[in-house]
This record gives sequence, C-alpha cells and structure tokens, in this order.
Amino acid sequence: MDFINSIVLLTNFIFVPALTYGSQLALGAIGVTLIYGVLRFANFAYGDLMAFSTMLVILFTWYLQSKGISLGILPTAILAIPIGIIGTIFINLFFDKTVFEYYRNKKSSPVTFIVVSLGIMFVLNAIVRIIIGPNDINFMDGERFIIKANEFKKITGLDEGLAIKSTQFITLIITIITCSVLFYFLNKTKTGKSMRAYSNNEDLALLSGIDPSKIIFLTWVIVSILATIAGTLYGLDKSFKPFTYFNNLLPIFAATIVGGIGNPLGAFYGGFVIAFSEIGLTYAYKKFFVYILPEYLEPNSLVQYISTDYKFAISFAILVVVLLYKPNGIFKGKIL
Amino acid sequence: MYFSAKNLTGGYGGINIIEDCSFEVNQGEIVSILGPNGAGKSTAMKAMLGILNLKCGEVLLNGENISDFKTQERIKSGISFVPQTQNIFTELTVQENLEMGAFLIQEGINERIEKMFDLFPIIKEKRNQFAGELSGGQRQQVAIARALMTNPKVLMLDEPTAGVSPVIMDEIFQHILNIKKQNIAILMVEQNARQALEISDRGYILVTGKNAYEGNGDYLLNDEEIRKSFLGG
Amino acid sequence: MKNNFDVKIAFSIIAILFIFVGIFQSWGFALSILNLCLISAVMSMGVNIQWGFSGLINFGVMGFLAIGGLATVLVSVPPVYEAWSAGGKGILLSAIFIILVIYLIFLINKKIKFKYKNYLIVSLVILLIPLMKFISGPSINAIESIDAATSGYLGGLDLPIVFSWFVGAILAALVAFVIGKICLGLRSDYLAISTLLISGIIISLVKHEEWLSRGVKNVIGLKRPVPYEIDLQNSIWFPKLIEFLNSSVLSSISNLDKRTAMLTDLVISSSGVFVKLCFSIIFALVLIVLLIFSEKALRSPWGRMMRAIRDNEDAAKAMGKNVVKRHLHIFMIGSAIIGFAGAMLVTYDGLFTPSSYQPLRYTFLIWVMVLLGGTGNNYGAILGGFVVWFIWIESAPFALFLINILLSNVDDGNSFKVHMVESIPYFRYLMMGLGLLLVMRYRPKGLLPEKIIRS
Repeated sequence: MDFINSIVLLTNFIFVPALTYGSQLALGAIGVTLIYGVLRFANFAYGDLMAFSTMLVILFTWYLQSKGISLGILPTAILAIPIGIIGTIFINLFFDKTVFEYYRNKKSSPVTFIVVSLGIMFVLNAIVRIIIGPNDINFMDGERFIIKANEFKKITGLDEGLAIKSTQFITLIITIITCSVLFYFLNKTKTGKSMRAYSNNEDLALLSGIDPSKIIFLTWVIVSILATIAGTLYGLDKSFKPFTYFNNLLPIFAATIVGGIGNPLGAFYGGFVIAFSEIGLTYAYKKFFVYILPEYLEPNSLVQYISTDYKFAISFAILVVVLLYKPNGIFKGKIL
Repeated sequence: MYFSAKNLTGGYGGINIIEDCSFEVNQGEIVSILGPNGAGKSTAMKAMLGILNLKCGEVLLNGENISDFKTQERIKSGISFVPQTQNIFTELTVQENLEMGAFLIQEGINERIEKMFDLFPIIKEKRNQFAGELSGGQRQQVAIARALMTNPKVLMLDEPTAGVSPVIMDEIFQHILNIKKQNIAILMVEQNARQALEISDRGYILVTGKNAYEGNGDYLLNDEEIRKSFLGG
Repeated sequence: MKNNFDVKIAFSIIAILFIFVGIFQSWGFALSILNLCLISAVMSMGVNIQWGFSGLINFGVMGFLAIGGLATVLVSVPPVYEAWSAGGKGILLSAIFIILVIYLIFLINKKIKFKYKNYLIVSLVILLIPLMKFISGPSINAIESIDAATSGYLGGLDLPIVFSWFVGAILAALVAFVIGKICLGLRSDYLAISTLLISGIIISLVKHEEWLSRGVKNVIGLKRPVPYEIDLQNSIWFPKLIEFLNSSVLSSISNLDKRTAMLTDLVISSSGVFVKLCFSIIFALVLIVLLIFSEKALRSPWGRMMRAIRDNEDAAKAMGKNVVKRHLHIFMIGSAIIGFAGAMLVTYDGLFTPSSYQPLRYTFLIWVMVLLGGTGNNYGAILGGFVVWFIWIESAPFALFLINILLSNVDDGNSFKVHMVESIPYFRYLMMGLGLLLVMRYRPKGLLPEKIIRS
C-alpha cells in the first residue's frame, strides 16, 4: 500500500509537473534550435517573442470572452491561438525583413546576430509591457482540474492524492500533436526535408535548387506557431507575467544545446531532460522515503538535493557538462 | 562544342586568380582540368558555375549564352556540380540526399533513384543510413549520385578523388567512366593528374591562372615535358 | 588626429547637456545623473576590456556587479558577534572544504590521466552539494535565527567602505577565474549563454544565502566615504560657507525670519549637492586612473599582443602565444573592474538589494553602452556609459514632457493618457532597443570607433 502511495507521490509531484514543464521547454527549444539551424543565430529575443505572442492571445481571448464566446471546459485561449500565431508571424517577418536580412546578406558574425537579437529583445520587451502592462495576468478559464487530489483519494482510498490540472493535460496533448505534425513535416515531406537540408549544408542546398527565401519564410512561420503555443500553454498553466518569459529562456537554451543545436528532435528530448532534472533534483524526497523505508531508517531531513532557488544551477551544470564533453549534444543522429 | 567557357578572368576581391582561361567539353567527353596547387582550377570551375563574379569572359551551354545566369538558373539549365568538400547532406539519409538532388524535378523521382542505385550498387543497401556515417568513398558516390539526379547534360566535379585511397580512386574513376556512357559532358578538376588523364578524352593544364597546355589525354600523358612538370615524371 | 577631435566634441556636448539639466531641472539631479554615468562608464570599460580588446562575450555582468555589491556588505558592515559564535566555525569549515574540493578537482583534471577522469570529476561535483549542506547546514540555521528581523547574518569586517571596492574587484576576479577555466574554451554564443546562466546562479546565491548577505531582506544603512547631509547641516563651517556663497541673494531679503528660513533651505539643498559632488570627485578620480592605466596597457606590447590575438587567433596561436591563458587574464581583469563598479554602485545607493539585479538593466544595458560608445576604445566605452545612462534617466521626464504636449488637449483622467503615462518606464527600453538596432546598422563600430594605434 505504501509502495503505491510512494508511486502516486512521485507521479503527482515529479512526473506530471515534469511532463508539463518538459513540454513547454521542448516547444521553446525546438523553436530556438530551428532558428539556430536555418538562420544561424542564437535568438536572445525568443523569450520576449513568446511573451508577445501570448499577449496577442490574451487580448483576443478577452475579446472573445467579452462576446460571450467560450470553449466550455477547455480554456477559451485555445480559440485565440490562431490569431496569436498570425500576429507573431507578421512581427517575425517584419523583424526579419528590417533587421536580420541585412546581416544575413552581409554574412555577419554570430556575435553581431546575438547583439541585434538583444535589440529586438528590448523592443519586444517594451511593446509587451506598454500594451498589456508588467503584471500577472490570469487568463485561464474553463475547467481547472481533470481530477483533484481529494477526489483521487476518495476514489482510490489512498493517502496520497494525484491532482491533474486540465492545463497540464492540454499542454501534453497539444505538444504531442504539434511535435508529431512538425516531425512528420520535417521527415516525410519534400519541403520539410529541404529545410533540414538547408540547415545541414546551405551551399549544397542552394546548388540543389532549394530556394532560401522560402525556407526562411517557413522557418519563421513554424517558429511563430511554436512560440505562440508554448507561450500560451505556459501562461495558462502558471500565469502570464512578461518577466518570467525571459527567465524561461535560460533552461530553453540549455535544452537546445543538450539536444544538439540545430537538431529539432534533440531539442524535444532536451526539454524533457532539463525539466525532469530540474524538478527531480529539487524535490524533497522525505515523504517518499518515509513510505518506502522501514521506520527506523526514515530520514529526518528534507532529502532535497538542491533547493528550488537554485534551479538555474541545474540547467547550467547540465549545460556545462554537455558543452565540455559532448558539444554536439547527447542526441546526435537519432531517428524518431 | 556543347559547353564552353571563354576568356574567363576573375578572382576574389581585387586580385585576379584566373586570367583569360578557356575550356570546352562535348557530350560524352571527359575533360580534366589539371595543374599545380593554387593554379586556379577550382576557381575556374566556380566561375563556370556562376559562384564567382567574373570580370570578363563568357559561358555557353548548347549555344546559349548563360554568362548572366545565376547559379541556380545554370543548374536548372542542365549543369550539375559536385563540390570538393561538404558535398553531401550529412544529416540526411542516402535516400533523402538523392531526393534533394532531384529537388527541382517534379516527377519520376523514384525511378531515378532506383537508376542511381543501379549505377552505385554499394550505397543501395545504405539507403536509409545517414550519409554522414558512410565511409569516404561511399560519401563520394552519394555526392556524385546526388548531382546526377537532375539528369544533367554537364557534370562538373571538383577533385572527386581528393583524400581517398588508391582503390577507392579507381572505383570513383570507374563510376565516372560509366557516367560518360550516358552521353553526359564531364568536366573535372583533379590533383591526381596521371590517373585523371588516363580516363580523360582531353585535358587542360592551368599554370598560375592561365591556360598553359591542352590536348588529348594520351598526348598530355606521353609528352616528356608535361610528364616531368606535372605528372611526377 | 580626427579621432581626438571627435572625442573632444563628444564630451563637450555631454558637458553642455549636463549644464542644461542643472539649469532647467536641478543641480542635485544633474549630479546624480553624473555620478551614475561615471559608475556606468567604469562598468562599460570593464566589459569593453573583455569584448573590445579580446572578443569575449560576457553576459554575466550582473553577477559580477552583485559580487561587488556583496563585497561592500562583507567589508564594511560591523560583524554580528553572536552570529559568528553561533555558526562561524561551521561556515569556515565549509569554506575550507569547498576550496579543498575545487583544488582537488583542478588537480585531478590536470595531473591524472585516468580514463574515467571526467566521470570522477562530475561525481565529485555531484557529491559536493549534499556534503556541503551537511557540514554547513546547522551553522547556517544558527546564524540566520540570530535576530532574524534586523540581522540574521554574519555581518562584515567593519572596515571603511572604500576598501570594499578593491575587495569586490578581487572577489570578482576570483570568480572570473573559476568561470573562465570552465567556460572560456567555448565559442562565442555558447560563452554568452553560459555566462548568462552563471550570473543567474550568482544572483540566486546572493538572494538566498541569507546568512551571508541577508538575501531579500536587504542590507541598509551602509557606510559612506563622504559626509552625510545631516552632518553637514549641523556642522559649523558648512552653513557659513553656504551663507557666504549666497550672500547676494540673502542680503536682498530684509526680513530676518525669512532670511534665516531661506538660509536653512539653501543649506539643506546644498548639502545634498555637496554630498553628490564629493561622490563625483571620487568616482571621476577612479575613472581617470582606470583610463590612464587602460590607455597605457593598450599601447604596451601586451596590448598589441591582445589585439593581435583578437584579430587573428589562429595566427597568434601559431606564433606560440598561449591564447587561452591570455583570455583568462583579460576575463579576470575585466570582471574585476565590473566588480569594482558594483561596489561603487552599492556604496552610492547606500543599500544592497539583491532582488534588484536584473539581466536587462545590469547586463544588457551595459552592453548597449559598450556597443554604442565604440568597441575596443576606452573613450568610446566611457562615452557609451554617459550617453546611454543619460538617455535612460532623461527618457522618463522627456516622455512625460512629450505626452503632455502631444496630448495637451486630452483630459488627464483619460484612460489612454493614463495608460501612456504609466507606460513611460518601458519607453526607455524601447529607445534602447531601437538605439542599439540603429547603431548596429549604421555605425556598427560605435560612436567612437577604435583608433588604429600605431605605436
């Protein structure tokens, strides 16, 4: 009995949250890695891009809510996602045309691109706060929980409860759907393969007749879709605060590099590696050991490896280990 | 002549690497471009492909002046190029490499792929492997096969046997001879001058960016002076 | 030389702007802007040494600033004896332990050729954390429970606060050494991401290790290297000085009570100005000394070598220069300067607030200063510090001014106008972003680009 309780405990406090967080990171990391692979730069504006797209979704959600439109048990924001995507595509193409294209044609160094993406970061940062303010916004509606802890305890008779928020479930489902579609596109369609080819060897792709402007356009479209979905899911699950979106960029970068920069599948796995590590290593396992071990071995301390305050340290440690020992990422060359 | 380049002059920045170079090749011919290091062989090939900006000179394909064509347009017109390095998509499978080679083609891709596998049987069993995992010789085969997917009329190769063992070199030259049978005009830059001339119909020798010698493969192979200077005696 | 001319013009314009601010807004305000400009210029020079002279991207600036700030606390605050007796031993033990383990790791890395050496190192690091917690845990709890509301930490060494500036530099250099050893071999974008992540860790450390820094409870009332306003006001000589300087204004007031009241007002406002002026002199001295050393270094054989490495690393390596070691030196020196500036900043503010360290304000804004001013050029870095900070501070009043003009016939309660006014703090981010984009596009070498030094 206690054994099952311990499993439920871990599921509730580690497994479900890590799946959710991992999905959010995975979507973000795939976007960053695509920009890196095709456009060849680390986009430091990506966090604020997600904030921007989520802001668009929130504004349209409010509009829908004001018109009495809703999605029942599902959050209304899901209806607003397409509008967010379209707006994000516009702004990405705008920035590409006015800013990035110039440096691409000049074949500027990676550093120049980073600095320029910083400029875009400042601009997006400002736009989001000017339009929607810097404060916490909660735009979740619909059914909050799929199953509440108390309900679970009642149904199963266990001591430990398992709560699954609808946002956690939605995040996982939408991530699986989005990533399946994306990987099908990349691996099975001619256009998708041409994107991978261009990312792998630009000169040869040009020699093969692949049109770079089409690839770049497609990349920004895909990035916009991923950023909007990731940002919205994160905002629904936690809440929308522009500041946190930049902070999320750091584990996203870590996930990207862990998966091998330029490798979308690697980025997907990398997201989960980082998420499970962060949550797994900052969880206090005391209760778990209390369930598992006989009474005389039960720990007194929290049995927490690292305090949650040091989440960054985990991303950083993993990042450093990967960069020093396996700079091409740990998922090189894997097929889906 | 099916494909010809006349009076090519150009280089990188302000310096001219090649001056007043001319080459021509007919369908079903193998023509080699040889010469010491730094003679401008690769530069000349890039100029013919439109990758390099020319100060003057013209390129003609089947009578049409393609000097103003951009590289992609020249590819569409029937020229194909196998670069010396980074000539395959390492992160794509062999099959996908061939598919990318046929990017500009709409139909009949699968048949062409099967034909390529007939021409290069060794890579057929590796069709679903990542091209980057193949050995040097196999990679070259994939590179050449990729270039052939567009059914080009002119195939240009930049040092196809660079860095491979003698056995593999023979294999690659054998493949090139097979390609010649398909009536394709083959132009290749090579370092392994003697072996290249042995399979070539004609050859050009470039020295410091200018045409120095030209003639039949046999003639160049057997001429005393040329043998001593370029073919290692 | 044209460039010398540019420098003189640029700084003359700045001087004129300051005078404008003094006249139209207030002298106290002008001096406060000047002081922060001076501090920003020092930060900017530190970053410029790493980036402009060596091509190293350090996105961890905020971390080094925080280390400098921490140093002010550790050096100048009086020690809390109770806390030391409660937990001091445990902390010292843990510190020694960490240093030993780090040294052990370095030794293993260098000397041992064991096949699984890397796994050993990683395991050591992984084990280090719970061990440390075990050793230091009880001491930390003891310290933090001593007078948690007003204290709850170890305190410092009770030395004059200016010492902390140098200690901050040294601490920052030490941290830079460790970071540099790990990260400097990485290519530029990875170095950027790594330093950004590390600065996050440093800030986490400073925010949560309350036994060391009081964390988010902040440390207030730090010492000063200059007089306090209240002391000036209560002294004998200061009011006399103010009376003398304003004798014409005062003598025109006939009423004795009114004259005394005016004098008191003048003394109070002048005391603020005087304090700021004292800071300005100290900061300016620091900047000038730094500039002299920097310019000397630039023209020295060492400086030539650094620039050679930056411009063509492979050639330099081929000539036998130990590029990695040089990069490490530069990284440490630049970080030391940033740490120094961090301590200056906290000294000026008089309080240490770990939660205030944000990447946008304390890392990326400094980068805008360096890029805008002119990379690889000391004068450019200083100019960048001045210009960017000036715009940063004046953009709020300026934006308010603009809004009031453009929307003058709109009622003040109008929701759009209110929203605009509330958004003013964010307009400066917008300006920074646009400024950076414009500079990178049209003057990528900055306002004062690097001079070719023929020495």
